[in-house]
Amino acid sequence: MKDAFGAPQSLLVLGGTSEIGLATARRLISRRTRTVRLAGRPSPALERAAAELRALGADVRTLAFDALTPESHETTLGGLFAEEDIDMVLMAFGVPGDQARDEEEPLSAVRVAQTNYTGAVSAGLVCAGALQAQGHGSLVVLSSVAGERARRADFIYGSSKAGLDTFAQGLGDALQGTGVQVMVVRPGFVRSKKTAGLPETPLETTPEAVADAIVTGLRRRSETVWVPGSLRVVMSALRHVPRPLFRRLPV
Amino acid sequence: MSVDTVSMTGWGRTAPTTALRFRPRTYEEAVAAVRGCGPRGSIARGLGRAYGDAAQNAGGSVLDMTALNRIRGTDAAGSTVTCDAGVSLHRLMRAVLPLGRFPPVTPTTRYVTVGGAIASDVHGRNQRVAGSFSRHVQALELLTADGDVRTVRPGTALFDATAGGMGLTGVILSATIRLRPVATSLMSVTTERATDLDDLMARLTASGHRSSYTAAWIDLLARGRSTGRAVLTRGEHAPLDALPAHARRTPLVFRPARLPAVPAYVPEGLLGRTSVALLNGLRYRAAPRHRTGELQRISSFFHAMDGVPHWNRVYGRSGFVQYQFVVGNGQEETLRRIVGRISLRRCPAFHAVLGRFGESDPGWLSFPMPGWSLTLGLPAALPGLAGFLDELDEEVAAAGGRVCLAKDARLRPETLAAMYPRLAEFRALRAELDPGGAFRSDLSRRLAL
Repeated sequence: MKDAFGAPQSLLVLGGTSEIGLATARRLISRRTRTVRLAGRPSPALERAAAELRALGADVRTLAFDALTPESHETTLGGLFAEEDIDMVLMAFGVPGDQARDEEEPLSAVRVAQTNYTGAVSAGLVCAGALQAQGHGSLVVLSSVAGERARRADFIYGSSKAGLDTFAQGLGDALQGTGVQVMVVRPGFVRSKKTAGLPETPLETTPEAVADAIVTGLRRRSETVWVPGSLRVVMSALRHVPRPLFRRLPV
Repeated sequence: MSVDTVSMTGWGRTAPTTALRFRPRTYEEAVAAVRGCGPRGSIARGLGRAYGDAAQNAGGSVLDMTALNRIRGTDAAGSTVTCDAGVSLHRLMRAVLPLGRFPPVTPTTRYVTVGGAIASDVHGRNQRVAGSFSRHVQALELLTADGDVRTVRPGTALFDATAGGMGLTGVILSATIRLRPVATSLMSVTTERATDLDDLMARLTASGHRSSYTAAWIDLLARGRSTGRAVLTRGEHAPLDALPAHARRTPLVFRPARLPAVPAYVPEGLLGRTSVALLNGLRYRAAPRHRTGELQRISSFFHAMDGVPHWNRVYGRSGFVQYQFVVGNGQEETLRRIVGRISLRRCPAFHAVLGRFGESDPGWLSFPMPGWSLTLGLPAALPGLAGFLDELDEEVAAAGGRVCLAKDARLRPETLAAMYPRLAEFRALRAELDPGGAFRSDLSRRLAL
């Protein structure tokens, strides 16, 4: 069960190798979380992640999950919920794609959309149903600031996150009053191992900062969390910039 | 029997969960509701005054007992009353005060049911002399997991597991309670101020004061030399000759005052450091240095907060966390350290009460033990509060103390076992009595009770 501060005792991370997912799991283990389920494609990286969390004292198990095969979600995720209560589901899977290549190869663009959006819709609905049946829990959805407004540099990824974001908002409204909280997290540019070589951008953040924001959001029962928080103001201004001007902005 | 799906929280308004709510009006309906509960079990709920998640059952069923509220009658002398579990202490007082009787123990609210008072084994300001609620229960009817209704009497394992058992041994359907005689419905109150914690502890320890009801409001925001300054009140049921002439004609009238309710939406952070420090300072200075024989109504002496309906809303949407611990006699250093830490951290504890406990009660999970008890409420939105209270738990557990389950919404399961030595027996009895897990609550899931 979650405690008065919204800290869960059991956690399911979809996208078990995600840096934000693992940073959040570490943060939560230092609070109340004792059981962690890492769902992802079976790989040595997933096992390493599990071992790392186990070393922190949590009971960790991995389970095979692939966003690209939505027909399997009911069996794998539904099966897990049938066995035990999950207080919090963190949807942290997703691929950034390669904008230039994806524009050339529509099929690889479709893969981005299928992973980030279609996979999330099916996994999200399965989890939401199970959380509703157990009468409590939090579904935390990692969206992105890229979904707020299309940018020339990453609109394929951005559009998939925009779809996911809208889906999660609607799901949150649908679950109003059921004891289930849906929280949309919109981080800016996340500085991590994957993005190590990329140039610095303003208002960038780290997996640890995102994890902190998630913990605070759980305590406040927030519906939307921006990381860093100042992005909320920046994005509400940028949203209204006329397109001809927006195209020329160095964002 | 009405059935609906609702989202529920405790009085602290944290951690809402959803359950199917049954409202049985007869014992038969209660039996049917327990028998028909699904795999996630059921739990009885009274007026929802438990601060934490004791009367919630996410995804399962909750038996709202408030429709089972018949007072079946008193014995010839009026020294005991038999009533349904859903009767509130408020109603009980209304019924028995005119007979010159009073519930033996009352917590800081009258809006608890008899069933809830037994299941949480509530204590009052007279714990030192009277013990807690279950000590005055002669017998109770318990609906157990097999659908049977058993009569349970003190001195049995089932009684000791049920008294303070947080509703996890079964649904209490009715109880017979011993009442105490009173001559009037007024209290004769002595108030004094203590300048700091040591002064307060000395006054609370001072012998010769065998007052029935004693408690001290403590200003936890005061720092430096006035750390732990407090206003100490002692009360006795006023004898008839203490009343002014005009009041002697209706000595047992019970007329609680009621102020307007707190609105549904209150901005967060109303009770912050600055406002609470100001209020506490005012409250301390407004109290008389020493006054004896002041007459107060029962409602204002015991249940000041009941006069403000929905007072739990003043903390805003995030709600609040109530923290109460007890440490044994001889652990005064721990108490001093904790009070020091709270005031150093400037926790905006608006209502904090220090009291003394006497003998423990036989309930396996009963809270009181001989020693010092401190209660405080804090806004749940206070940054860093979760970790801070965990640290306090560790100090309390290391000193052999414990925190109160009826108020808890955040204890760690590991810490619980250190605090309640008879937990293993409780678990064993539950495993035997209720192997299928017919009785469960969010509290029992969170703490693996």
